[in-house]
Amino acid sequence: MSSIVVPLHAIAHGRAGDKGNRSNISVIVYDEALYGLVCEQVTEERVLKIFSHRGASQVRRYELPNLLALNFVIDDALEGGVNASLNIDGHGKTLSFLLLGELTVKLSRSQLPDGSPYVS
Amino acid sequence: MGKVFIGCGAGFSGDRFDAASAVVDTLARCDGERFLIFEVLAERTLAIAQRLRLNNPDAGYSPYLDAYLEPILKKAKTHKIRIVSNLGAANPVAAAKRVHAIAREQKIDDVKVAVVLGDDLLGVYGPEEIQKLPTLEGISLGDREIIAANVYLGAQSIADALALNVDVVLVGRTTDAALTLGPLLHVHQWPTDDWDRLAQGTLAGHLLECGGQVTGAYFADPGFKEVPNLAEVGFPIAEIDATGDLVISKADHTGGLVSKATVTEQILYEMHDPGNYLTPDVTLNVTDVKLQDLAADRVRVSGARGKPPPPTLKVTVSVDGGWLGEGEITYAGPNALARAELAAAVIWRRSQILGIQEPLRVDIFGTGAVHDNDMSARRQKQKIPADGEYRVRAAIRSVHKKTAQQIADEVQSLYCSGPAAGGGVRQYVSQQVSTASVLVAPDMVIPHVRVELVSA
Repeated sequence: MSSIVVPLHAIAHGRAGDKGNRSNISVIVYDEALYGLVCEQVTEERVLKIFSHRGASQVRRYELPNLLALNFVIDDALEGGVNASLNIDGHGKTLSFLLLGELTVKLSRSQLPDGSPYVS
Repeated sequence: MGKVFIGCGAGFSGDRFDAASAVVDTLARCDGERFLIFEVLAERTLAIAQRLRLNNPDAGYSPYLDAYLEPILKKAKTHKIRIVSNLGAANPVAAAKRVHAIAREQKIDDVKVAVVLGDDLLGVYGPEEIQKLPTLEGISLGDREIIAANVYLGAQSIADALALNVDVVLVGRTTDAALTLGPLLHVHQWPTDDWDRLAQGTLAGHLLECGGQVTGAYFADPGFKEVPNLAEVGFPIAEIDATGDLVISKADHTGGLVSKATVTEQILYEMHDPGNYLTPDVTLNVTDVKLQDLAADRVRVSGARGKPPPPTLKVTVSVDGGWLGEGEITYAGPNALARAELAAAVIWRRSQILGIQEPLRVDIFGTGAVHDNDMSARRQKQKIPADGEYRVRAAIRSVHKKTAQQIADEVQSLYCSGPAAGGGVRQYVSQQVSTASVLVAPDMVIPHVRVELVSA
């Protein structure tokens, strides 16, 4: 079975919220069968690395298997938060798609949804 | 006791003004107690309202009160749909008077309005007492001008106001979820230590409080997450019975969708530890929540658990945040990236020449700027197409309006003094509000909380 490396966006969705200089980003898998794989591969360490250029200091991951979801709480990723940030997106609302786009997962091609643009 | 139906007409200040109408039409057909909430009060919105009230004692409620209530007040009154909202902002009494004025203009008889007062700590304590409180962010409030200090009240005072048999309850700062939990406490008479039912009610409020964010808005990702008729997305309605059974649906004959995926995104929105979501009414635990598709656009939400709330109440303190200056200009076509990079370099150099000390940020939109950091570290490393369309944006914060204006002006001057063919300059110089959170003992606040009927 051939494996493929794809952005997390191929198999999961999510939403970002903010409180102060702390961001939270949910990661929710579309296919129940892939929840375990995402738990295994989408670790606190890997998420922290994606936000390191923003000054992120710590990531905490919460598992919600009933909801097929993970919740990541990322400290100090908002460049001071909406009070202080010079980023036009001071709330970090777009950061869910930074995570979904930059973090990759390895899986077999057959695990991707039919017609996924990530198959090629 | 039967079901309670609670619809949401707005999820933030500036949300779509005509969304509530379809919610009211749907609620009118529901068999049970019906409520309509509007959540329009962000932290900064309240601080701005407080400033308005200081200048004019009849101002300081939501500037959008008319826009939200005028289209639906008559229908709501006719169908006994009671309105609960934080449109009161910094001045719920003035807001109530305005509701009476709308009722007169529209010839709606006998509209009863109650307000909840006492969230405004500046009404009770001097700024010097508030400045001394330690902030959760660890920053000192020092001697900064305090614009507003409002405590997040819980649901009980809203329930008390509804007990006066009113049509409209207007509040200032409460938790967003209290707008929903208040009506539930009033109708179902849940004991205030029935933690699991308070948790279900709080979760219902959390799901409603952002309006369309639970019904397919802020969700669509074409090719991955499709949402029908987003332009007419229907706002949500929660049905909650006395046991706490909760179903999320939406206004009839509208766009959008309610699915397990839309509900899950909203459950976790702005939630940190899912086992300990703190409110003044209950500490909510969503880790065992289960979702069940009942029918199209109907999702049952069960399994929220509760435990006692924290011993302190949260206060948002708003202080003067200085000035934000921004300027933007676009470069397009062949070699646009190089011209945008040159423009950015010119702005950096100009800020040095002008002796500006404050941190400056210069973005190039089209290169992943919002995901980048203040020094554009990712842009420097990435391969970016030379041709295309790029927008340069400079931003600075300063306590001096002049400095903020200078940076905005430097971008404007690129029209004639920058690289070739820059266009579409926009400048923004805006006064900012900073917020911090402090925790206070309930006995500092609760004795001052009161419910008042406001007569026409």
